[in-house]
Amino acid sequence: MGLNVMNKVMSNKWIIFLYTFPALLLIAVLIVIPLILSGYFGLMDWDGIGAMEFIGLENYIVALQDTKFWESALHSFLLAIFSALSLLIYLAVALILASKIKGANFLRKIYLIPMLLSSVAIAQLWVKIYNPSNGMLNSILMGLGIDNPPAWLADPNIVLYAIFIPIIWQYAGFYILIYYAALKNIPESLVEAAKIDGATPLQIALKIKVPLIMNVFKVTIVLSIVGSLKYFDLIYVMTGGGPNGASEVMASYMYKLAFASYDFGYGSAIGFLLLIITLIVTVIIRKLTASKDEIQY
Amino acid sequence: MRRIGYILLYVALAIVAVFQIFPIIWLFMFSLKTNQEIFAGNPFALPTDPKWENYAKVFEGGIGTYFWNSIWITVVATVITILIASMATFAITRMKWKFSGLVLGIIMVGLMIPIHSALIPLYNMFLNVNLIDNPLSIVITYTTYNLPITVMILLGFYTTIPREIEEAAIIDGSSIHRLFFRIILPISAPIMSTTVIINMIYNWNEFVFVNTFISSDKFKTLTVGIQNFIGQYMTDWGAIGATLVISVLPIILAFLFFSDKIMEGITASAVKG
Repeated sequence: MGLNVMNKVMSNKWIIFLYTFPALLLIAVLIVIPLILSGYFGLMDWDGIGAMEFIGLENYIVALQDTKFWESALHSFLLAIFSALSLLIYLAVALILASKIKGANFLRKIYLIPMLLSSVAIAQLWVKIYNPSNGMLNSILMGLGIDNPPAWLADPNIVLYAIFIPIIWQYAGFYILIYYAALKNIPESLVEAAKIDGATPLQIALKIKVPLIMNVFKVTIVLSIVGSLKYFDLIYVMTGGGPNGASEVMASYMYKLAFASYDFGYGSAIGFLLLIITLIVTVIIRKLTASKDEIQY
Repeated sequence: MRRIGYILLYVALAIVAVFQIFPIIWLFMFSLKTNQEIFAGNPFALPTDPKWENYAKVFEGGIGTYFWNSIWITVVATVITILIASMATFAITRMKWKFSGLVLGIIMVGLMIPIHSALIPLYNMFLNVNLIDNPLSIVITYTTYNLPITVMILLGFYTTIPREIEEAAIIDGSSIHRLFFRIILPISAPIMSTTVIINMIYNWNEFVFVNTFISSDKFKTLTVGIQNFIGQYMTDWGAIGATLVISVLPIILAFLFFSDKIMEGITASAVKG
């Protein structure tokens, strides 16, 4: 009888509705509907205030031929590739950190601090670090006898790389933390067995530890690549996409079109393309990194 | 040979540590310097005579308003998010119904999408209901956009709650609301504290929603407010440094006290995806 009561109470439709409705309502109204509307607004000629005029696929056709859009997409993809490659550095640091280093716990806390700061504060700090005449970086370089250090953020050939350094600074601790946690989960017995068989620390790291945390590594590949396609705050504050579009990414291009040029129709189309591109890339990366043989231990 | 190897590893780790921490120390130092000191001296020098007036200047400039807005918006949005997310997670994991998987799927959509794609329609919606330049728009967007990650973190704990706890309560004649508010919520306190931390960090650091939806200074939060300040002080590096320190100090202090919990939260928010 008790279980009957239990089942009845726990499948009360009204209660289920009451408990899930607030979450579903908010997500439907503020996430799902806006995403759909973004595709719809992309079909309009619209300045954000006046009446909309339906122009069919024109915005999307223009976007496909818009070199500024493709350049911004290229920059986003370059940052994504840099981010994925830099995972190898973080993995190496985590491997060292997890190999019975004294003070490992303290070090990973130090590494994590930048990750906790807002992208705006990070951006403003690095604008100062990169300041051509008075910044920390050029002060050090000039102190080392380099007379004409680069202008960093003002140099279109360098700016994208210069922006990537604070991105590393921001996320290094995060990935090191994740890898470290995964490495610490590897049973000690496996490492001990390999040692008895005469494996060197490097062999143990590459042949035993890395394969064992491959699933975590794959998750971070997805996180870093998909996350990179959404970069905005840091770049918007550091360079505003400049100089002359040299650091423009998809989200900052969309933002400028809408909130600086008041081209809401075209901005929406770019926003919708950003969504589609992100989803396609997510699916592809997940397919590529899907494990055929799950590693058991 | 082995010894040298170990020393090299430590050196490598120390270089990474310096790279991670030195920019922040440099920031603290130049927030206490004059322009002459910053421009002429070497970046490693301690401030000769700490210029606390840089901080006084920034507070007189009105950073307190931004600071207060960041605090109340962060706290209010966090509380609402966690309540709504806990209720939904409870219904999804503990109650018996056909569409629980589907509802969970809809909530999780928010984890994959770039928020910028929703920005123009959101702006338009808030404009139509007169919520542009109203902090309510910020509170409800923060609440909504943090729901997916919060549910994701809560999910693991909720699925491990023993059935017996619920059975005992229901058979004793407790209502579902009582079960949820008096039993489930209290026993989920540890995991809730993890979600509190993640929500607080996200809300405190959020920029683009405030930058887009808020135009009056009196409603701006720190991330957007410091942009104004820095524009205004232009070449006064000390004041800019003080502004940045004030904006990052609460998070750094929180990290000093709750570092383990924060690391746990950050790991939970990443790996379960």
